[in-house]
Amino acid sequence: MSDNAVDVGRRRFLTGTTAVIGGLGAATASVPFIASFQPSAKAKAIGAPVAVDIGKLEPGQRITQKWRGQPVWIVRRTPAMLEALKAEDEGNLRDPSSQESDQPTFAVNPWRSSREEYLILVGLCTHLGCSPSFVPEPGGETLGESWIGGFFCPCHGSKFDLAGRVFKGVPAPKNLIVPPYRFETDTRVIIGENEGGAS
Amino acid sequence: MNVVVKQLTGLRDWVDDRFPLLQLWNDHMGRYYAPKNFNFWYYFGALSIVVLAIQIVTGIWLTMNYKPDAELAFASVEYIMRDVEWGWLIRYMHSTGASAFFIVVYLHMFRALLYGSYQKPRELLWVLGMFTYLALMAEAFLGYLLPWGQMSFWGAQVIISLFGAIPFIGDTLSLWIRGDFVVSDITLNRFFSLHVIAVPLAIVGLVFLHIIALHEVGSNNPDGVEIKKKKGEDGIPLDGIPFHPYYTVKDSVGVIVFLIFFAGVVFFAPEFGGWFLEANNFVPANSLVTPEHIVPVWYFTPFYAILRAVPDKLIGVLLMGAATNILFLLPWLDRSPVKSIRYRGPIFKTALTLFVISFVSLGYLGTQNPTVLMTWMARGFSVIYFGFFILMPFYSKMDSTKPVPDRVTD
Amino acid sequence: MRRIIYFLLVTLWSCNAVSAGGHGVALEAANVDLANKTSLQRGAGLFVNYCVSCHSASFMRYNRIADDLNLSEEAVQTNLMFTTDKIGDVMKVAMRPADAEVWFGVAPPDLSVIARSRGADWLYNFLLGFYFDESKPTGVNNRIFKDTAMPHVLWELQGLKRPVISHGEESSGHGAVAEVTQFETVIPGKLDEGEYKQAVRDIVGFLVYVGEPAKLVRYRIGFWVITFLLVLLVPAYLMKREYWKDVH
Repeated sequence: MSDNAVDVGRRRFLTGTTAVIGGLGAATASVPFIASFQPSAKAKAIGAPVAVDIGKLEPGQRITQKWRGQPVWIVRRTPAMLEALKAEDEGNLRDPSSQESDQPTFAVNPWRSSREEYLILVGLCTHLGCSPSFVPEPGGETLGESWIGGFFCPCHGSKFDLAGRVFKGVPAPKNLIVPPYRFETDTRVIIGENEGGAS
Repeated sequence: MNVVVKQLTGLRDWVDDRFPLLQLWNDHMGRYYAPKNFNFWYYFGALSIVVLAIQIVTGIWLTMNYKPDAELAFASVEYIMRDVEWGWLIRYMHSTGASAFFIVVYLHMFRALLYGSYQKPRELLWVLGMFTYLALMAEAFLGYLLPWGQMSFWGAQVIISLFGAIPFIGDTLSLWIRGDFVVSDITLNRFFSLHVIAVPLAIVGLVFLHIIALHEVGSNNPDGVEIKKKKGEDGIPLDGIPFHPYYTVKDSVGVIVFLIFFAGVVFFAPEFGGWFLEANNFVPANSLVTPEHIVPVWYFTPFYAILRAVPDKLIGVLLMGAATNILFLLPWLDRSPVKSIRYRGPIFKTALTLFVISFVSLGYLGTQNPTVLMTWMARGFSVIYFGFFILMPFYSKMDSTKPVPDRVTD
Repeated sequence: MRRIIYFLLVTLWSCNAVSAGGHGVALEAANVDLANKTSLQRGAGLFVNYCVSCHSASFMRYNRIADDLNLSEEAVQTNLMFTTDKIGDVMKVAMRPADAEVWFGVAPPDLSVIARSRGADWLYNFLLGFYFDESKPTGVNNRIFKDTAMPHVLWELQGLKRPVISHGEESSGHGAVAEVTQFETVIPGKLDEGEYKQAVRDIVGFLVYVGEPAKLVRYRIGFWVITFLLVLLVPAYLMKREYWKDVH
């Protein structure tokens, strides 16, 4: 081994070039491994939009449909319920106009749905993911005289009104999530697809 | 920039005060002096480690979606091949990696035969390597059951039955290995556990020991000259060069060339004409129907051919076991005063050539239907195979040798 | 040393026989072309019309077919999906496997990976190989797969043919079938021979695709990976040479 005339510049350049190209290759090679964590075709197929027949849903009733493994509620609100919603004191709500909550744009309104009559929500509390109970009747022993009807989470006591809007003074930070959905006909709703097809 | 460098140096020193980082680096890379005359055959050790890494990483990823359940296993492999994003690539890397592992390991072992790398003082290094090889065979066998195709099933059935040949305890032993009266869900489940945890741990541990032993005695070289015998005034072997940067840059080139071949198989011929992935393994396991043509994967076929060549079950099994295990004795069978084939005489060269021919031919015969002619050929090659080892103490001693130089040649 | 490597390679390549199990009949090459998307589309159409009533392809999803064969999901939904209405579903079979076992004696196998276990050529020759045989419950036999339980579902396309057996050959027993090479048409089909072969090629091409959908992208990605590695090899090799200037 001799030390004569080592071209340090060339050596550094070649090492750098090899390292950079090799590093790019390694980074690219990691893409398949990272991407394989994405939902698989099977998971996507299972999580595909579901069609629900709501022709037999009576006013005041709620049905639960599974979508992407989560409960999705469909409530057909009575005129009285809608009246009560409109008469509500917005000062009691944390996000009355749904500015900070998650919903398709068509649901950014006081009743949080595309058709006033039908409320469609992901039935999981925005606090820590329990499924709240449906308590449509106003008043009652547990929830007190001021209860105007809505959803009550048994885990940590969060309360939501009949538009899924969260009340003040409970742990849940946001209104209940409205999933993407569209009405295929008046009696058939597709959960998981927005109007126009995009989800 | 300077601040960053300063901080990094500071961090390094902080760690080094608490952990022998610099010392480890120097002992194994920066001041590990390897002979400067490594040739083509010396790439395969580093390549074995590359393949081991590929197998471990892809294996971890496959485990995320594979289901070790007889009802679900076959479908879960196809699920990986289709539904999981990039699953096909990860699976092909693993299946190709299995064969690639044996290719590089066989070439690595052949290198040891060429240059006498098992001779004193490297006997333990060789023995540790042999244990790694046995663990690798176990790993490959266990893993081959997992896709739960017909070849998986019947291959496992046949190999486990080999243990049944052992007198007195044989049947009990094969029953114990299977955990059932046939290869079943229970067998699959335990093979999965051994394949993903137990044996890989053993392999990694053995490879670690193998490298420690190597760096203790130092690398052999194509001349079979001990470079430590000629040291300069600074105590550094005159024919030694630091592993880093010289062999790290050289091995990088080797790794890239290897990856080109590897990618060629993964992307263009993952079945490799039926040698790496067998057609019958795309039929789900069926315990009632044996495929008409059943052979192990190529890396086992030399030993399988020896097994079939013997017309007695017990002796066949024993000879097959002996064929692998006799390699352990190599350091003590070879009585030659020189290591490298470069300075050996014509007898050893002939013996080694015959050995390679018989090993490859046995490998080929093991994939073919055992006709009368083929069986006799397998017998002949088996005799040569064993003759190479058994007669080695005699021919290696009486063979003529050429004088070994003091220093390595280029 | 070079001789040994050469010997190894030659041995490896010259004996691809591992996968090609022993059946006595020479197979005509299927010559499927996966790059021909229209052929694959036609194959998909024939497959769902003639095969899926008995055979499933239970690892193959309809929306994957739509993506891979340049078809819209609507087109797949209306033209290919008869057993389900969910585009993400796999190709299930119309009948129950238990029923099938009663009707045919064996359950028709799932065809997801049949092209990988049998090979394209075998499938091609199998679908071409049906001939009239009164002694069979299905009325047909097959040159490639003797006494198959499968009826000739494509007979209206191919027609029916009968083997011409010269005298004396009949007595040679069970091996005779493989030696019959001459056929005469009994009932003509809707397609002539060339058209029928193309139809079968379309089906087999589709089955090859179904056997490994990744095959459509594998070669392309492989080309780029190897190109990249060759590019990387240049500075790596120059780097090695530069450092090794020290070593004398």
